[in-house]
Amino acid sequence: MGDAPTIHANMSRILDIVIDRKAQIAEMNDQVTNLLNPMQVPVTVDATALGKVLEVIVFADFNPIVQILRFYPASASAYLGFRVKLQQSTPVRAAVRTADGVWHVGGTWVNTVGGGCTAPSAAAAAPEWQKQLNQVSARQWQSGELAGRLRLRVVHPMDTGLVAGIPAFHLQEIRLSDSSDQALMRIETFEPVSENPVFTLQQKTAGRVKAIGRDNNGNDFSVWIEP
Amino acid sequence: MKHLLACLLACFSTALVAAEPAFDYGLQAQRVADDVYVFVGRDEDFSTVNGGNIVNTGFIVTAAGLVVIDSGPSLRYGQQMQRAMRQVSPAAPLQVFNTHHHPDHFLGNQAFAGTPIVALEATRQGIAAEGNTFAENLYRLSGDWMKGTESVAPTATITSGRIQLGGRALRLLALNGHTEGDLAIYDETSGVLFAGDLVFNNRAPTTPHARIERWLASLDTLEAITREPGFSAIVPGHGAITRDAAPIRQTRAWLRWLDQAMRQAAADGLDLNEVLARPLPAEFAGMAVGMREYRRSVGHLFPAAEQEALGHAH
Ligand SMILES: [Zn+2]
Repeated sequence: MGDAPTIHANMSRILDIVIDRKAQIAEMNDQVTNLLNPMQVPVTVDATALGKVLEVIVFADFNPIVQILRFYPASASAYLGFRVKLQQSTPVRAAVRTADGVWHVGGTWVNTVGGGCTAPSAAAAAPEWQKQLNQVSARQWQSGELAGRLRLRVVHPMDTGLVAGIPAFHLQEIRLSDSSDQALMRIETFEPVSENPVFTLQQKTAGRVKAIGRDNNGNDFSVWIEP
Repeated sequence: MKHLLACLLACFSTALVAAEPAFDYGLQAQRVADDVYVFVGRDEDFSTVNGGNIVNTGFIVTAAGLVVIDSGPSLRYGQQMQRAMRQVSPAAPLQVFNTHHHPDHFLGNQAFAGTPIVALEATRQGIAAEGNTFAENLYRLSGDWMKGTESVAPTATITSGRIQLGGRALRLLALNGHTEGDLAIYDETSGVLFAGDLVFNNRAPTTPHARIERWLASLDTLEAITREPGFSAIVPGHGAITRDAAPIRQTRAWLRWLDQAMRQAAADGLDLNEVLARPLPAEFAGMAVGMREYRRSVGHLFPAAEQEALGHAH
């Protein structure tokens, strides 16, 4: 258990399904998860027990766009919370590359009513929202159990390109660094990440953080997140 | 050998007959007051076993016919409701009210073809816009109980006010908060208040279209009615009928707690998965489908609370 990633990708409860170096999936027949909103399936990848992590790839086997997100922790923990759009029930997995070059794979089965990737974003239906494109709201927590936590929300439709007449339009990259320009984490985002994505990160201590991002249409943002 | 074969066949066909579902909701009218009856649903979520019979529907016997309040989750339910009503009164339906646009309350409309079906304008619009999607969802959740069911929109709209139907004074209250349009009906003759889904009793409230501030205001309006001298009973949208305002207070307590819990979790920096994993407070531990509705409500309500807690970054 100790040296494997933990993936939380479940609406009903957090699952600690840990399958080290094997692409196995524990199947779960919980009716509750059939009620999961396929547009906002919460996923938490926690690979902090693995030691030094260089790269994490998150993917959903049966999604029309399989790759969800990659992240590269630097001084931030190998931990990321986010939400995804799922087209149907599918395994959601994370592959984690540690500093010793070994890949660790863990995952969980997610039941959902589906349709998350071929439903238009709310922004596509109401284009006036796009005036706020790439606006960032964020906050850091300095004390208590969650000291060092950073949460970040970006206004973006994250259109998959799978809805007729709505081209793919999504964030591609977010870089987070501290006030001395030391990298905290780089996140590569793909179409399945939910509309107006929210990310939860964990740093050692709160401090001034710079967030820089861009989408596939060349729109970018650069903001400071004060502690 | 022949005998054995016959026995096998007989046993086998008995098993087949037993396996054939009857799709019988077993509706039994419960008398609440003179001429006022309710079909009380189960404290459950939709399933292929209950066929969506998780809702309270009712009727009032008037001199001109039956005033029907909500038509249930399916065509079969609406048909069986009519059969069960005939056991009480031979009168025909005079008018059907849809309290709001949630599918367990109006998908039996089809069985009342020819009878005026009335609702608030917001409800009529909601059914027109989302009725078919709801019906599809219920096919998935309730299975063949739904056979033949189609979404039928109300034929007319009503607003707040006192009306006479079949010589009976009904007070219509156009409220909202559970959805954009929540109709409550107070039968002044019997003192029975049909609260629709503004009130749940020992069954956790559902929130897919909820606006909690407005919902709380609507509950205050309903509670004021329970203080009137003629008041006799509340029929909640889900859960048992009561003679007092307890389910109004319970629904209010749940909504206030839920609203506060979402704000607190967002202020504390919790991620969606962490919010979902939180336990229910002890006072709601005994509520039917409490954890399930809590998790659903987190999905509906946490994103807004979270957005409020995060500051604008420059
Ligand atoms: Zn409802």
